Amino acid sequence: MSVTVWIPRDAGALALGAEAVVRKLEVEAKDSGTAIKIRRNGSRGLYWLEPLVEVECAEGRIAYGPVTERDVPDLVAKGFLKGGAHALRIGHIEDHRWLATQQRLTFARVGRIDPLDLGAYRASGGCNGLARALELGPEATVNEVLESGLRGRGGAAFPTGIKWQTVLRQPPGQKYVTCNADEGDSGTYSDRMLMEGDPFALIEGMTIAGVAVGATKGYVYLRVEYPHAHRVLNAAIDAAREAGLLGSDLLGSGKAFDMEVRLGAGAYICGEETSMLESLEGRRGEIRVRPPLPAEKGLFGAPTIVNNVITLATVPTILANGAAAYKEYGQAKSRGTLPLQLAGNIRRAGLVERAFGLTVRELLEDYGGGSMSGRPIRAVQIGGPLGAYLPASQFDTPLEYEALSAIGALLGHGGVVAFDDTVDMLEMARYAMEFCAHESCGKCTPCRIGSVRGAEALAAIGRGEDCDRQLVLVEELCDTMLNASLCGLGGMTPFPVQSAMKHFPEDFRARTRGG
Amino acid sequence: MSAVVAAPADEARILAAVERNLHRDGPLIEILHEVQSEFGCIPSGAVAVLARALNLSRAEVHGVVTFYHHFRSKAPGRHVLQICRAESCQAAGGRALERHAQQRLGVGFGETTPDGRVTLEAVYCLGLCACSPAAMLDDEVHGRVTAERLDALIDAGAKVNS
Repeated sequence: MSVTVWIPRDAGALALGAEAVVRKLEVEAKDSGTAIKIRRNGSRGLYWLEPLVEVECAEGRIAYGPVTERDVPDLVAKGFLKGGAHALRIGHIEDHRWLATQQRLTFARVGRIDPLDLGAYRASGGCNGLARALELGPEATVNEVLESGLRGRGGAAFPTGIKWQTVLRQPPGQKYVTCNADEGDSGTYSDRMLMEGDPFALIEGMTIAGVAVGATKGYVYLRVEYPHAHRVLNAAIDAAREAGLLGSDLLGSGKAFDMEVRLGAGAYICGEETSMLESLEGRRGEIRVRPPLPAEKGLFGAPTIVNNVITLATVPTILANGAAAYKEYGQAKSRGTLPLQLAGNIRRAGLVERAFGLTVRELLEDYGGGSMSGRPIRAVQIGGPLGAYLPASQFDTPLEYEALSAIGALLGHGGVVAFDDTVDMLEMARYAMEFCAHESCGKCTPCRIGSVRGAEALAAIGRGEDCDRQLVLVEELCDTMLNASLCGLGGMTPFPVQSAMKHFPEDFRARTRGG
Repeated sequence: MSAVVAAPADEARILAAVERNLHRDGPLIEILHEVQSEFGCIPSGAVAVLARALNLSRAEVHGVVTFYHHFRSKAPGRHVLQICRAESCQAAGGRALERHAQQRLGVGFGETTPDGRVTLEAVYCLGLCACSPAAMLDDEVHGRVTAERLDALIDAGAKVNS
């Protein structure tokens, strides 16, 4: 009998050499006379241990990591195909403190199963949510989502159930479910991991949304920077259609829903929901003025749900286990769990799914283990390029919507990027403006011009030119962008800029002396 | 205004891409992806062909092509090296890597080496932020990229395909 070995095909694992490990292991196992079967999974999210190789043996799945191509001969020689002792042996990965302390609901399956194995998906509770939604019918399904307290995980945190209710109440006719998979925020990768590691969860979530609001067609708007997720999603959609999970007769109910993936083309702004709709229609990704809301008049003018990948992929577990079970997690108005993503200058980067309420410090220290460089962490940026920078004095803030909003920050899509004390916050502020200028769709002046002038003014401060006046100008530009931009790009770029100026004034003052 | 005209053979390939996507609603961007993978860029002659085939104005098609960073007006070098410039990678030494790549290749972002071998491009997040700094060489992703690893990648690419 052959030994089953699991090696992730997640893009992060591939970026750290998983494919070379696969090739080397095939050769070494053959030479040692051991028959092996290599199976591919998603990533468990412990990226400092990737490529994380798991061997199925009498004791269960025994993990080794991080495994490089060079480690393979020694591992095989020391009997790792029987779960043998080795410096890289971790043991049962699910007993690892980093994972054992997490509360994985949305990511329950990611890393455990072959993402395209529909049998394994079903055996681990997949399709139960859809079956229940079909049984409940539209109204009760929407109520279940409303009851769960689920809020949009893309960043805006709007109650998902209310959005669905609005679409449900539109007159019958063509409606759409769209999934925003344009995960452009630096420091975020949970959408990518989910799509690569458990694509059926997203497909099931979108199908439930379709059944709930009476939409028969869904689109995933996927960023072009995610070629691996693209391949996995397309293969999963084909498999789902084959098995009757998509198509004209969902699980034999007579209800219809089908979907397709559309690729973006490298525009950050298309993560904004109305830009995304424009782009899906084949146009420039310029934002639309709201109202009307997409829920009333969205894709091709029809009522449309726009939800993020994580939001939709969480819906199956809510339906399968009930709103009450989901709502038990979290605190105040932040219910359920949030897949946080640790990134940047951090020792143990990866995905941490926990109930809302973990503090920034707990995340950085207990999970992250401090900075990669060993220097003190001076700042973190939460929520992507439009998120505020927090100084160490704010690290006891809980990671939930209202607590962050109270200190002028935002949770966004849950990405947390750590910077050590070598960071130049003036430069990060300038970069925020430059990024906005690079990605502005050009429709409104505060964003289009404000960002260019902001970047120029901050660069001038860096050169020590007329600093006091430039600082006043930056404040004024931020004020205009914040209050007069049409969407979040121009409207939120001031968050990283102003928080950097407020919490790290020394980085701006130092240059003032030169001016 | 006279439009740039596509050669008949090119026009046939562009129209074939249109044909393959006409069943879709709002197909222009999908078609442009196919045209770019076929030609390496969106040839200037494609705009008029697409406008006619989709009953759009040339201005509309041109507007879409130029809006998206991904669509190129010129074919790239034999290899495309994308280096992430976003915050997570900056926090982990990405800026030094950017400078190293530019020095090593002798080109800036958006430029191709004179021998036509490598085009260097900036990218804003590859979703590999847990192993920053990240880069993508053609379709292959790389994490925790050091200057030495980047050199090795560029050299390996050189051997595989001139």
